[in-house]
Amino acid sequence: MDKFDILTAIAAPLPEENIDTDKIIPARFLKTTKRSGLGKSAFYSWRYDENGKEREEFVLNREPYRQAEILVTYENFGCGSSREHAPWALLDFGIRCVIAPSFADIFFNNSFKNGILPIRLPREICEQLVEDTKMGANAKLTINLEKQEIIRPNGEKISFEVDPLRRQLLLDGLDDIGQTLQHVKSIDDFEEKRKQNQPWYPKVSAEKLSS
Amino acid sequence: MKARTLFDKLWDSHVVEQLPDGTAILYIDRHLIHEVTSPQAFEGLRMAGRKIHNPEAMMAVIDHNVPTTDRSKPIEEDDSRQQIEALEHNVKEFGVPFIPLQSDKQGIIHVVGPEEGITLPGMTIVCGDSHTSTHGAFGALAFGIGTSEVEHVMATQTLLQKPAKNLKIEINGTLRPGMSAKDVVLAVIGHIGTAGGTGHVIEFTGSVIRNLDMAGRMTVCNMAIEGGARSGLIAPDEVTFEYIKGRPNAPQGADFDAAVGYWKSLASDEGAHYDKVITINVDNLEPMVTWGTSPEDVLPITGNIPDPALLKDESQRLRKQRMLDYMDLKIGTPIAGTKIDAVFIGSCTNSRLEDLRAAAHVLKGKKIANHVWALVVPGSGVIKKQAEAEGLDKIFIDAGFEWREAGCSMCLAMNPDRLKPGQRCASTSNRNFEDRQGPGGRTHLVSPAMAAAAAVKGELTDVREMI
Repeated sequence: MDKFDILTAIAAPLPEENIDTDKIIPARFLKTTKRSGLGKSAFYSWRYDENGKEREEFVLNREPYRQAEILVTYENFGCGSSREHAPWALLDFGIRCVIAPSFADIFFNNSFKNGILPIRLPREICEQLVEDTKMGANAKLTINLEKQEIIRPNGEKISFEVDPLRRQLLLDGLDDIGQTLQHVKSIDDFEEKRKQNQPWYPKVSAEKLSS
Repeated sequence: MKARTLFDKLWDSHVVEQLPDGTAILYIDRHLIHEVTSPQAFEGLRMAGRKIHNPEAMMAVIDHNVPTTDRSKPIEEDDSRQQIEALEHNVKEFGVPFIPLQSDKQGIIHVVGPEEGITLPGMTIVCGDSHTSTHGAFGALAFGIGTSEVEHVMATQTLLQKPAKNLKIEINGTLRPGMSAKDVVLAVIGHIGTAGGTGHVIEFTGSVIRNLDMAGRMTVCNMAIEGGARSGLIAPDEVTFEYIKGRPNAPQGADFDAAVGYWKSLASDEGAHYDKVITINVDNLEPMVTWGTSPEDVLPITGNIPDPALLKDESQRLRKQRMLDYMDLKIGTPIAGTKIDAVFIGSCTNSRLEDLRAAAHVLKGKKIANHVWALVVPGSGVIKKQAEAEGLDKIFIDAGFEWREAGCSMCLAMNPDRLKPGQRCASTSNRNFEDRQGPGGRTHLVSPAMAAAAAVKGELTDVREMI
């Protein structure tokens, strides 16, 4: 996973609520065994017409937003399915940060695990940032994760909250499996205790499934 | 001891270690996997040289991608076949209990888990699928996870989690004839909105819930995610224990009795604290149907298409207007009478034997409208067989339905079952998002009885006029 420290990049506006994961990446593109390659299909129905031709009017098909690494959007972004293909598709497109008033829980978790920083900010501020994104090539925001602040094109600073553990993992570019495995003894002890206290919780039997 | 909710008890009994920042390492009892959200997790394990901590906590089945037509034929779509072959290969390499495609037990993962007794009260259950909330109907903490978390559970048998807030939704009253669990949960989502449960676990309580059978309870918890909650919960009771008794993977004999003793202790304590409580009365509930492209956009079948101009918020107004354009509906007209092209009875929401019975009850001795294409896709091979033993297949086929093999099918149209652009479908599934059932397809979410009634009439209609 790539580290996330300071990002200065073009921000693109998607000023809509409830953008769901089927919108971010339709189910028919989930038939892959890889994490990469989904960027070309991100926001498919908004980006392409019935013949697969790009829709000029869609923001991510226009300059400079083709280079966008930040999205500014509205409430409940990423609602719907648990598919991690949604953050994979965004990441593959080049998005590293999504700013919204609120996110769906599973999408929020999935983003951190792929080096994408989701930032929650009040609706009024998101609306101001949407205005900033209309400045074309000057629509650049700076996200400083260390200091937990966003710098607007006019130099104004906006601070944001982020979970300390997740912040650290992003700053270090670490996945959390290695970290959890440091606690493997606690996990084994827990399992042992559970076997003693609730011995009747059975294992899944491959044999019973095949009979 | 402090009074605790069902969620608190499930949480407390699974914390392996509490980390300083409030995150817990949470033990996971059951990990269900399918072909779509697991390949990248296996790949991750392989690349890091890691093993699965406990393969016998897992169950794998193929459901999202499979054709629901003749199973003896090879799968035509290359990418689907490759994904299925990848799972077959992975479960072998890592020793994961697996139900193969050819097995009679194959079906939708959230149908198969409970059916096989793999889902049990008091457990933590995860799956790379948001509708894992279904298993909460048994009093298990069950939620959907992303593929990175799938890999994390494989490697560690745990997840890093923070506790959710407790939301209690108490549903009282008496359901009138023709009404089902689906109408109840659609009404709940209409009430709280698609983000109403975000950050919460919803515990469903009240007389209506207590009177539902397990199929109905699963329908309710299944759609908790459509209200933004990762998990739905229902306290286990005699209905639950009766369902579990004798299932292949459930505890048997004295073990079962011991288990029931523990399961009875899981119900929320008197006076336990909830962060939020919502009470709903269903005495006047009518059959529900969605009109828009989010599950919260729901109406009683007797209602009219709402006017977005009445909304104060501009972005809401534009959004709802776009929905109406997409759905090709006219403001102020009754939703009943809207002509449909297709009917889908199936999905992890409504594909159980009880659902098929409810639909067959409406269809018996009737024919579907000439212009309607109608599919019924049982939730599992076991259900399919049971339904055939009861003669339900014959009722569906005689009415003009196609009787298919088990799978997720046209709930998300990853297999060949999908709508054509512009087609309108009455569907028993869970999401009416744009393009969900096929690019350009239009979805109206309804109960199985309402879907059957729509098939007969060829339009959205009030099932109460038919029973």
